[in-house]
Order: sequence, then C-alpha cells, then structure tokens
Amino acid sequence: MSGWSQIKGRAVALDARNVDTDQLIPARFMSQPRDQGYGGFLLHDVRSDDAGHVLNRYAPQVLITRENFGSGSSREAAVYALVDFGIKAVFAPSFGDIFSSNAVNNGLLPARLTEAEIDALIDTLGGDDAAAFVDLEKGEAEIAGTKLRFSIDPVWQQKLINGWDDIDMTAQYAAQITEFRGKRLAAHPWAMPTTD
Amino acid sequence: MSAPLTTVHDVPRIGLHDVPRTMLDKLWDAHEVLRRDDGTSLLWVDRHLVHEGSHHGFAKLQARGMQVAEPSLTFGVVDHYAPTRAGEMARDVRHMIDTLVRNAAATGIRLFDLRDPGQGIVHVIGPEQGLTLPGLLINCGDSHTSTHGAFGALAFGVGATEVAHILATQTVWQKRPKTMRIVFDGALSPGVTAKDMALHWISRLGTGGAQGFAVEYAGPAVDALSMEGRMTLCNLSIEGGARLGMVAPDEVTFAYVKGRPFAPRDFAVACADWRALGSDAEAVFDREVTFNAAQIAPTVTWGTSPEEALPITGVVPEAAQSTLEYMGLDAGMPLETVKVDQVFIGSCTNGRIEDLRMAAAVLRGRKARVPGLVSPGSAIVKKQAEDEGLAQVFVDAGLEWADAGCSMCVGMNGDLVEAGKRCASSTNRNFKGRQGRGARTHLMSPAMVAAAAVEGRLADVRPLLEGRL
Repeated sequence: MSGWSQIKGRAVALDARNVDTDQLIPARFMSQPRDQGYGGFLLHDVRSDDAGHVLNRYAPQVLITRENFGSGSSREAAVYALVDFGIKAVFAPSFGDIFSSNAVNNGLLPARLTEAEIDALIDTLGGDDAAAFVDLEKGEAEIAGTKLRFSIDPVWQQKLINGWDDIDMTAQYAAQITEFRGKRLAAHPWAMPTTD
Repeated sequence: MSAPLTTVHDVPRIGLHDVPRTMLDKLWDAHEVLRRDDGTSLLWVDRHLVHEGSHHGFAKLQARGMQVAEPSLTFGVVDHYAPTRAGEMARDVRHMIDTLVRNAAATGIRLFDLRDPGQGIVHVIGPEQGLTLPGLLINCGDSHTSTHGAFGALAFGVGATEVAHILATQTVWQKRPKTMRIVFDGALSPGVTAKDMALHWISRLGTGGAQGFAVEYAGPAVDALSMEGRMTLCNLSIEGGARLGMVAPDEVTFAYVKGRPFAPRDFAVACADWRALGSDAEAVFDREVTFNAAQIAPTVTWGTSPEEALPITGVVPEAAQSTLEYMGLDAGMPLETVKVDQVFIGSCTNGRIEDLRMAAAVLRGRKARVPGLVSPGSAIVKKQAEDEGLAQVFVDAGLEWADAGCSMCVGMNGDLVEAGKRCASSTNRNFKGRQGRGARTHLMSPAMVAAAAVEGRLADVRPLLEGRL
C-alpha cells in the first residue's frame, strides 16, 4: 500500500447517521473476487432505490457524513467498496471501531470532526459537490471553502502517510514473538488446545 | 520501509502489580508481546477462528507467499454460507465453501466442514468444543467475536487485513481500549432474558455508546446468567459500539468448559489461573453504568438500528420518516399491534440449546400463525434439541426445522426475508437490508419470537409463559 499526504478533489455529503457496513456493501456481493473492483457495490441498494442519490451524480474523493459511520459487521469489503469507488477520506463525528482499523489498513482516512462542523458542512454542500483539499500531515482540510482541523489517531496518521504495512512491520519483532510464545505456553500449558 | 518507533517498553507481567487492575488490564498484560512508543501493543493470539468470509485474508497471505504461522492455533468452520435446507447449492455459495476447504487443507488447519459433527456457527462451536477458554485472546474475522468474552477471554472481531496478519504472525496490533463496566443489579423477571438486557442497555446508551471501550458486564443479574445467557450479552456488545465484551469467569464458566473436547485435561491448574482473572475489587473503570435488571421488560426493536428498541408494552415513537417508511410503521402504533409475516430463531446471538428450550416452552402445544425457520447454532445443538424433543415442538407448531449455520441472520446462504416482509427474529442486526433487500427485521429474544409466531404479531411473551417456566 502506498502512502499519501494530500488529497485534492471533490467532496459530497451523505446525510445519514449509523451508515452500517451492511448498507455500505450488502452481503450478497461479498463472494465476489476483489480484482473486478468493489466500487459498483458501494451503497448498492440505497443507490439503486434512488436514481438522484448524490453518489449516482458525483464521483467524489471525500465523503462527509454523520455519526457512527461504518458500524456493525467487520466486513473489510465495506472499505474496499469505498476505496474502489475512489473515496480517499471520510469525515464524520465518529466511526465503528473495526471499520476505522480496516479503513487505515487500506489507505482510507477516517477523520473526525465535531457534530457542529459536520452539520455546517452538510448544510453547505446540500446535494451538490464542492472542492476539497485534505492535508494529512497538518491535520487540516478545506471543504467547500471552509477551513477545518480534523482529529485522527497519530498512529493511524503516520501509517496512512507512510503506507506502512503491518506484516512488514511485525517481521522485525519475530524473535520477540517466538520468545513470548515459548514463555506463555510454558507458564500456561492450558492455553494450548488439547489434542488426543 | 521502516518501522515507526523501534523502542519497546518493558511489559510488566502478572504478579508485579500493586495497582488494582481490571480484567481487561490482566488479559491485555498477559498477551502483550511488546508496546511501541506510540502506545500500540503487539498482542499474542491464542486462537484464530476463520470461516468462508476469511478468503480475503488467505488471499493476502498467498499473494505474499507466506505460510500460516500457527496452524495448530487456527481453526476453521463453514457457517456464513452453510446451507441449512436440502436442495441445490447456489454456485457462489458452493464456491465460498470450497475455497475455505481448499485453504484449510493447504495450510493444515483443522476445519469443521459441513459433514463434521462439530460444525456450526463459529461463536457457538468455539465454546462448545472447548476452544474458547478463560484467559485466552481469541480473534475471528467477525464482529460478534465478542461472544467469547463471556468466558473471561479477550475476544474481538478483526478485518481481512488483520486476519492476514494473524495468519502470518499469530499476533495482532491493537491500542488498549478504555474500560467500561455495565452493572445489572437485581434480578430479571420471568420471561426476560440476556437478549433483553442487551437491547435495553443499547437502547439507553446508543449504538455508539460504548465505542472505544471494552465492556465488562457485572452484577447479580449477570452472575445469575447461564453461559448461554452471558454469551448472548457479550455477543451484542458490538451493537453498542464495543469491540469487546466480557464477564469474569466463575464456577458456572468452569462447569461449562470442563470435559469439552479441546479443553485442558489438567483442569485444576487451569482453574487456579482463571480464578485470578476477574477485576480487582478496587479496580477503576473509565466509565461505569448501572441498570436495574428487575425493571427490564421483554424488549423489541422497531427501527433499523439496534438502539431503536423499546419494551413490548410501548408504542412506535416519532422517528425519521425514512426509518418508519422502511419499517412500514406509523408513530403512535402500539408495538403489540404490529403484525409479522414470519419468524426466525437462530444465529450466534440466540441459537444455543437454552434459546431453543425457551422458544419451545412457549410453542409447546400451540400453533404458529405465521411461517418460520428454526436453525440451531450447531450440529451438536441440533442433535441435543432433537433428543430433548424440542425439534418436534417446533415442527408440530408448523415451523421449519433446519440445519446449523448463520442462515437468515445474514442471508448469505440464500435464507432471506423477502422485500416488504416483516420478520420477528432472534438475531443481532435490524439494519436495512440485513435479512434481505427491503426486509423488515424486529430483534427480540427467542421466547419473544415464539410469542410472535403464536400471535402472528409482536406480543408479550410473559402471559404465554405462565405456568410453563
């Protein structure tokens, strides 16, 4: 995964609370291989019931939405659908915990703004798109002419900027893991599944 | 590429602590291989459970040419796409199952496939097989992994990238969550269950109420729950935003675990360790919330989020028009007048033997007014329910008795609710489209689902249980 530090693009508002991962990608699409792209599955049922849906009219890089975005199922496919659609950053007051980790593991920024800031942005954007600029290093954004400072866990910020991959990062600790394993299983033999 | 911060903190071990610790602290410390300067911990994973949906994780591993680090700590099961009824398997269902079978065979993982007598939903069979134990760290690519916390385990759901990482290293990177204790004082009334406790707290605190927290459930009403009840309570933690839910292990826990196929043979030694896991009396939680169990009524959801739940005696509240429209309800309608088209009993939330016994207690000698499906949580639960005569009760009532799997909770195997149809369901999510496109889901306990089946509408189970408990 390659890192990034800035986005220049367009933003739209998705005016909804609790957009869960079942809505982001309905379960029936999850047996599809990734290489064909998941972008078409993003909010599939919501979009096909509403021809005028904002994501049927625009192809934004930045999504502004309400609290508890990405709650529910741990399906990383919800992030694949957003990323393959072209979304690089989602701004909301809060996110599902597992969704946030999955997002960062795929280069997607889950950035937090206050509810008041989100209210104002959704009001400004309405059903249209607007210019968006995100500076990940500075933790700043300018969306529809409004300058904002957003919150992001500093660990995730570094991970996104550098495109760090956890498996590569963990490789350097292989010796410590082996040592830990030995000690744990020696001290607590019950932690090993019994096999007859 | 270089790692961010290479200094590693000395990680204190159990026995060196003066400060009172919560159960989360104890479990975390016992699994922390190292902690980076930025506060992120590398945790040892004792059990990694995989299912058909883990195919992205295996693909990532294969793309890097890596092996599964600890096949003997990794267990697979067919559940999400498992067919529960006779007939031709759809091509994509067959493909998903075959992919897991192939991945398991290639990596040397013990797989509970469709023919295995131990097959079932991952969060039912882990405990049933004795793979789930107090004191373990358990991961699975499924958000309801918090179920296993009922044993005093550190158990949480992960995404596909994390699945690949665990397969490759048997470890997971995590930041320690904040701690929250949810206390249930008093005792539950007859006909009120762990499901009602969960829906109750989620309706009060909201679906984001426990975001960023690990929840420990405590208090007399939690102590009084069976392991099945504790699993239901912990299972639904994620619906309140918490990635982890847990209950301190006690004699109820040990009695459940003892003698299970993969449980430790030197049981006394294990129990001695497990007895030390509970939070210290003086331990401080970041947040503490108390509910009175005696005041909890049988609870049902009316909307499209688990927080949209009320006592069955309530009325549909004023709400977003889009929600009421989707659900086909009007504000002000008494919940007990809402007619249902079908029912479903099963899932990792409420597909265990105790759940089936409660539902059967309501249905015995009665007829369901609407069709419904009962899918036991595992092949072992199925066998037990048949031996106890519960299956016959469901069949006599007019419900369909099926095989074990995730079934109509998520619909991946084709067990779906049709658009516009209303289903009383013992599952965990009433999200739009969860049980099928346009499906209207009402979450409730298995006993309440049985009551809905008997009445053909949302109904209070308490009168139907009189003289039967």
